[in-house]
Amino acid sequence: MADKATATGRETDEAIPTSKARLFDVRLVIGGLFVVYGIVITLVGLFDGPNEIRKAAGVRINLWTGLAMLVLGGIFLVWHWWRPLKVNQPSS
Amino acid sequence: METLAQSGLRLNLSPLDYALLALYFITVLGIGFAVRRAISTSADFFLSGRALPAWVTGLAFVSANLGAIEILGMAANGAQYGVMTTHYYWIGAVPAMVFLGIVMMPFYYGSKVHSVPEYLRRRFNAPAHLLNAITFAVAQVLIAGVNLYALALVMQALVGWPLWLSIIVAAAFVLVYITLGGLSSAIYNEVLQFFVILAGLVPITVVGLVKTGGLAGLFDKVSHSALGSAGLHTWADTGGSHNPLSANWIGIVFGLGFVLSFGYWTTNFAEVQRALSAKDMTAARLTPIVGAYPKIIIPAVTVIPGLVALVTVKGLGGKGDLQYNNAIPLLMRDLLPNGVLGIAVTGLLASFMAGMAANVSGFNTVFTYDIWQAYLRKDRDDAYYLRTGRIVTVIGVLIGIGTAFIAAGYSNIMNYIQALFSMFNAPLFATFIIGMFWKRMTAWAGFLGLLIGTLAAIGTYVLYLAKVLHFGSDLDESFWGAGIAFVTVAVVAAVVTLFTRPKPESELRGLVSGVGTVDLGDSVAVADRVWYRNPVLLGAGAVALAVVFYLPFL
Repeated sequence: MADKATATGRETDEAIPTSKARLFDVRLVIGGLFVVYGIVITLVGLFDGPNEIRKAAGVRINLWTGLAMLVLGGIFLVWHWWRPLKVNQPSS
Repeated sequence: METLAQSGLRLNLSPLDYALLALYFITVLGIGFAVRRAISTSADFFLSGRALPAWVTGLAFVSANLGAIEILGMAANGAQYGVMTTHYYWIGAVPAMVFLGIVMMPFYYGSKVHSVPEYLRRRFNAPAHLLNAITFAVAQVLIAGVNLYALALVMQALVGWPLWLSIIVAAAFVLVYITLGGLSSAIYNEVLQFFVILAGLVPITVVGLVKTGGLAGLFDKVSHSALGSAGLHTWADTGGSHNPLSANWIGIVFGLGFVLSFGYWTTNFAEVQRALSAKDMTAARLTPIVGAYPKIIIPAVTVIPGLVALVTVKGLGGKGDLQYNNAIPLLMRDLLPNGVLGIAVTGLLASFMAGMAANVSGFNTVFTYDIWQAYLRKDRDDAYYLRTGRIVTVIGVLIGIGTAFIAAGYSNIMNYIQALFSMFNAPLFATFIIGMFWKRMTAWAGFLGLLIGTLAAIGTYVLYLAKVLHFGSDLDESFWGAGIAFVTVAVVAAVVTLFTRPKPESELRGLVSGVGTVDLGDSVAVADRVWYRNPVLLGAGAVALAVVFYLPFL
């Protein structure tokens, strides 16, 4: 079923069309979701008022979490771009 | 305390938080749907799954376990028992994960079985297989109830519905999730989930530590709490039972560290399945070992929040909203502003929903193919079993609603789940480990050992509930129940083997140690012959690291 789509290995012997396999690379999904989450949370963090900061014991937790998610997402996207999924082409 | 209980556990989510939550489920369901459409021709789920690299299966391996039990239960245990909770990670998980990778995986992966029950059928006989299928199905719906209950707890905190309504609505959501294909990319989701859950737990831990004055401040406050300084030690006073767990070191090492832990990690269908999806023998063996490393540091984001809750939430450990199970949701309410709060809620809901969905699908698969097709209605067409599977899914969710109310009866769900493991996993592990290394063990020894061992563990639990047998605590009972089950299986297996005929060696090839050869050396690709892909070296490293982590908390 779906699980082979997550293959990021070098030796996938299933014939999945390359474009689809790339789309379903789990690194792209993690990277994409975390970059979007990271941008949103960072923006929220930038505009946090004193109430939000006081609730989190004085930590700008939205800002820091947002930035951390952005970095993690970025790492996955760079990894995905740097070492793309190689899928064997159909032999035809 | 009264006023706190009155105000209730309500998380005030903003539209932003709900948007973050929605984005996650749209992503997961969208991909599940698309993947199912794009790749619907694959003949064999299990074989096609054998294409994943070790880092994906390793994270999925840990993530499959990072559900309700882990997050709510371990934080609850952290608040109730203190740092002793780390026994569940450092002695209660890491050695078993390493053992699975180094010693057992060659038999699982090498024999090309597609599931744990199938191994049992080939090593022993059909009755052993059927018995395991039935106990597995029962265990799955009971554990599905725990996940459903945890899901309902969070929903109750979100919208304030009564528990019974939350349970029913949560069950409806799970059914929709399964139907829309949330499971068709299960391993995939688990990896994604792993990072989302951490993105929720890490901020709770960081803010909690800042609030309590760092680790030093937190430990100082814990030693002045109800738990006292005993809550900061793991092995102190385990010669007797005057420690927070009320368990002595024999129970911890043999019951938890050996039988319970090896039972769970080496025979649990959902866990082993992750490794069977790996792309080659090396990746399969590395799967649990890669998973062991994050497992070592996960208590930092479960046990520490539990301790934070203990010292910051007044009246924790009481009834209703203040029960230990709510430690994490209470901290989310107290510490997280909107935004991060949405991420944390997303992580929790995702893990419970996927957890219950996995339980129901495990129940469905085993019931349909290992019970219904194998023994009751043979030789029908595919469509018939597909239809049966759909009906069984609905039945599984309905039974899950019932078992959720059983779980709701326990103020600490971890105690309940450990009792279940001692009854179902411990005897199974004993049967496996003896069968794997003793080639003379006969088919009927396997069946009777498993049967009587399971009954012995159930009997121990029933006698404990009836107050005939006495143990230090619920968890202590589960340690001993597991130990008793193990010894029972060993004795029964030895006795029955004396009076029955062993299987011919030709049928045991690749299934038993020393019979035939397990293809290990030749299949190791040249690229994998480097130290950082060596299962033994990495495994030893994980065990050594776990020992180092114990040192500050002896």
